[in-house]
Amino acid sequence: MTHKLSGDNLTLIRGERCLFQELSFALESGSLLILEGRNGCGKTSLIRAIAGMLSLEEGAVYWDDVPVEKVRQTFHGSLVWLAHRTGLKGDLTLVENLGFERSLRAHSTQDPEEVYERLGISRLKKLVLRSLSAGQQRRVALARMLLSNVPLWFMDEPFTNLDREGRVLVMELVEEHCSRGGMCVMAAHQDVEINVPTTRVKIQ
Amino acid sequence: MSNEGQRDIPGMFAGLAATTKRDLLLAWKRPGDVLNPLFFFAMVCTLFPLAVGPSAEQLEFSGPGVLWVAALLATLLSLNALFISDFEDGSLDQFLVSPQPLPMLVLGKTLAHWLTSGLPLVFVSPILAITYRMPLSVVGVMMLTLALGTVSLSLLGSIGAALTVGLHRGTALLSLLILPLAMPIMILGANAVSLAATNDIYSTGIWALGAYAIASLSLAPYATAAALRISNE
Repeated sequence: MTHKLSGDNLTLIRGERCLFQELSFALESGSLLILEGRNGCGKTSLIRAIAGMLSLEEGAVYWDDVPVEKVRQTFHGSLVWLAHRTGLKGDLTLVENLGFERSLRAHSTQDPEEVYERLGISRLKKLVLRSLSAGQQRRVALARMLLSNVPLWFMDEPFTNLDREGRVLVMELVEEHCSRGGMCVMAAHQDVEINVPTTRVKIQ
Repeated sequence: MSNEGQRDIPGMFAGLAATTKRDLLLAWKRPGDVLNPLFFFAMVCTLFPLAVGPSAEQLEFSGPGVLWVAALLATLLSLNALFISDFEDGSLDQFLVSPQPLPMLVLGKTLAHWLTSGLPLVFVSPILAITYRMPLSVVGVMMLTLALGTVSLSLLGSIGAALTVGLHRGTALLSLLILPLAMPIMILGANAVSLAATNDIYSTGIWALGAYAIASLSLAPYATAAALRISNE
């Protein structure tokens, strides 16, 4: 079963400033959408608007050709969100954090141990998140993404705080996800080269 | 992989239970946040008799009022923190984009808040009531009014906490928003205890508090969810 995510004529005004207008895009299963632009140009606002966290001035986002407001639960049941603020609790351990996530959305049957191993966080399982470095916390957030069983990944600046291996790993993971028929929306200011069909949206 | 995933979304009560469990676990790991309001409650209630003098008559007369004012302020004190940390670390974003109904997640958080702030107040209050020479039969009434009243306070307070979460230092604003709604609870509660102390009919107050609690339970989660969506834009 393939999915389709599209935006039609999106316009967003924050305060006095128009961040983007009449912006349209379409994304199908197996492909990647990259939102590009300078710092402060509205990438994060755009990705939040697509995910349904910001209301748009004009235009609408469609999931399988239905406006997302009408299928909010299905749409949110199909996506997982990764951003600069990871949404993990510093006072809880990795396992406690990810255990909570399992109750929020559909989770995959993949063995968590394999995922931890791949991300290089298996020896951090018993530590509270507060004691991990920013990059390690990022990897835990990636584990949440891998362990959830959803077709659509939202990644806002996924490379922040990661070392070179980490960045390569993120690209590999996105490539695998897309090649299995998933899709990914990514906001990035760096050059991202991933070997999957890619649409780029540039914000002025 | 993913595409069959939709039907595996855990039910909404799983979301509620998990949110409550997570917040209780967090409270367990940071007991200071739970003990602070409780300590405040105990301090106000023990200092008051020292200031007004130990006359038995006066203490019996002012006891219910003092306990209720202290309980109200202690609850307000603890409400500020309800959504702040979730807002700052991005958990709120995760709630907003999760397929779980937001009012249920909010209700889970509020329930955990009541269990860690309202319920301890109810259990500590008898010890403090002794300071005010409150007879045992009246202590029971007071605990009942506090239990019902703090449920409403937690629920109503969650609306204020959600509205002010995006503003830094929304403390004063939160109190201003909540006080008009919280005032009737305090008046009803303190009044019912006073009536019980003078052997008058007090059940009207209890029923009214119960009705208030049910009304807030059915309406507040929706208001809070809507407020969170606005604050997080």
